[in-house]
Amino acid sequence: MASSIEYTNGIQPSDKWEMILTRKAYGEMLVELGKKNENIVVLDADLAESTYTKFFRAEFPERFVECGIAEQDMMNTAAGLSTFGLIPFLSSYAIFLTGRAWDQARNTVDYSKMNVKIAAAHGGISVGQDGCSHQSMEDLSNMLSLVNMTVLVPADYWETRKMMEWIPTHEGPLYFRLGREKVPTVTSESTPFKPYHTLEAVGGGDGVFIATGLMLSRAVHAAELLAKEGIFSRVLHVPMLKPMNDEEILQAVKETGAVVTIEEHSIYGGLGSLVARLLLSNDVHVPTRIIGIPDIYLMSGKPEELLVKAGLTAENGAAKMKEALALRK
Amino acid sequence: MPTLNLSVEELREKARAIRHDVLVAIHTAKSGHPGGPLSAADYLTALWMNYLNCDPKNPFWPERDRFVLSNGHCSMLLYTLMSHRGLFSRGYLLTFRTVDSRLQGHPSKTSLPGVEVSSGSLGQGLSVAHGMALGARIRGTPERTVFCNCGDGELQEGNIWEAIMHAGHRKTDNLVVSADWNNAQIDGYVENVKNIAPLPEKFRDFGWRTIEADGHDMDDIVRAWNEAVAGTPSRGKGCGQPTAILFKTVMMHGCPTYENIPGWHGRPPKEDEVMHMLNELNYNYNTVDEARAAMGGFQEYDGYGDEDGK
Repeated sequence: MASSIEYTNGIQPSDKWEMILTRKAYGEMLVELGKKNENIVVLDADLAESTYTKFFRAEFPERFVECGIAEQDMMNTAAGLSTFGLIPFLSSYAIFLTGRAWDQARNTVDYSKMNVKIAAAHGGISVGQDGCSHQSMEDLSNMLSLVNMTVLVPADYWETRKMMEWIPTHEGPLYFRLGREKVPTVTSESTPFKPYHTLEAVGGGDGVFIATGLMLSRAVHAAELLAKEGIFSRVLHVPMLKPMNDEEILQAVKETGAVVTIEEHSIYGGLGSLVARLLLSNDVHVPTRIIGIPDIYLMSGKPEELLVKAGLTAENGAAKMKEALALRK
Repeated sequence: MPTLNLSVEELREKARAIRHDVLVAIHTAKSGHPGGPLSAADYLTALWMNYLNCDPKNPFWPERDRFVLSNGHCSMLLYTLMSHRGLFSRGYLLTFRTVDSRLQGHPSKTSLPGVEVSSGSLGQGLSVAHGMALGARIRGTPERTVFCNCGDGELQEGNIWEAIMHAGHRKTDNLVVSADWNNAQIDGYVENVKNIAPLPEKFRDFGWRTIEADGHDMDDIVRAWNEAVAGTPSRGKGCGQPTAILFKTVMMHGCPTYENIPGWHGRPPKEDEVMHMLNELNYNYNTVDEARAAMGGFQEYDGYGDEDGK
């Protein structure tokens, strides 16, 4: 029986978190990668200032392709570039890339197995005051159903940097989701990013939180709240939703006997759906709660206010875990 | 890599053989789109036999030109052109649209070496082709020319105009687009369904060099391709503009009884119809089996086998 909360893999307690942009990490890393690898090319659709591809544009203008406000054209231009052995990173907002350009992502990029890296800023509802038209709670389900697509959701600044180092070594279509707002640095410079693996963030045996992206911070915070009551829940971060490491998730659930998933995405077709399918089809029947954006459109508002409206809070996470643990056999 | 460099007379005869194979294969599959292939057969035969720089034994040869079939439903024409250029045997065309064949209903890059990108969802190929042309430029090899064929009905897609604007903006002169201007689409004549006219003016206004040609007059077709490639870096000096050739064509050309009827966009000919069509092309068989035998009968795939090649 644990007596205090056990942070693992360099995860920081919430009182040490700093607020930094993930898209800034993306922009910085593009430049670093561009220096090392002349095959890296970057595309944007009139959002270079916002997606931070402006750093790359300033450094390597000959390898930067501004597509104007034309996301469908950008997706397929990237596909064409990739056929010459280039590694295109394209950027816009998640809702436009996976909405407007979905047909291009499916029928050209994914079906042809093109080596295109889709970097989506402004994933989730924490986009905030721009309102619903610019929020994305559907992008993960839109991408997860694509056969060849690898899907990544970094938790914060440090993890984004580490993912970016790995991404050019990956061959094939890849989607990764960045946020708009500054997000807490739950991970640290020493936290590893292991492709094809989950990451244990907090040790414990009283149920497991399974989180992805920004919601790792809420899960860790929820575990901290529970620890004050003597409940020690494990926290598992899933930075790679596809392909997902089924074995590690099954093992964590079997060892802890209850599960709460939490994601900044619609409850239809995201992490919760993936985990529920996995558990049921492996006959792992444990108390399960799925926290995600319920079937509603959000609105303008401060990001934190919107997360509260959607129930994406540490307090809700802790409450749901208690419900699940009460049902645990 | 030399092209076949056929004479105008040989190109005419080759286009006739290609129409033959397209019709027999679509009839055999009892499924497919004959209208567009017969419309574009003459000018794409000229491109594939005499202009497209490729290695039939290695479709991934890095120095090749690229061809993108944006109107993917004309897949049977692409496959037949590939076969007649020497990528695989004609008999394999008879597996079109059957389970496990590389000859998918619409072209699939991962199924058939030599297909540069999967297509079928209309309006996408031109952006991809333009990306390829930019890729050649970034690589420092603008002499690689990228050819792209579009249907005229397809020009109703918004993504097409994004690409046209983009290529015009970047003056991508190693990109050559051919448009099959047959004025026919599924729901009727293009001018009635949703008019795309004035087409040459639209391309010109977006910064393109525009060439018009009779898509069934082989002399005029050769003139148009010569003029088009003369403005690409592959022939020494780029003209500083992307090029569009607008080929005036007739759907189902070569089979007069069936010409210019939009209904032939996507309907396979029945046995009596295909026999009549072949007869109008001056092929006189007693049975379709004889036509299939003329293609070598059903054959296994004998082309390049690397499915994940670059």
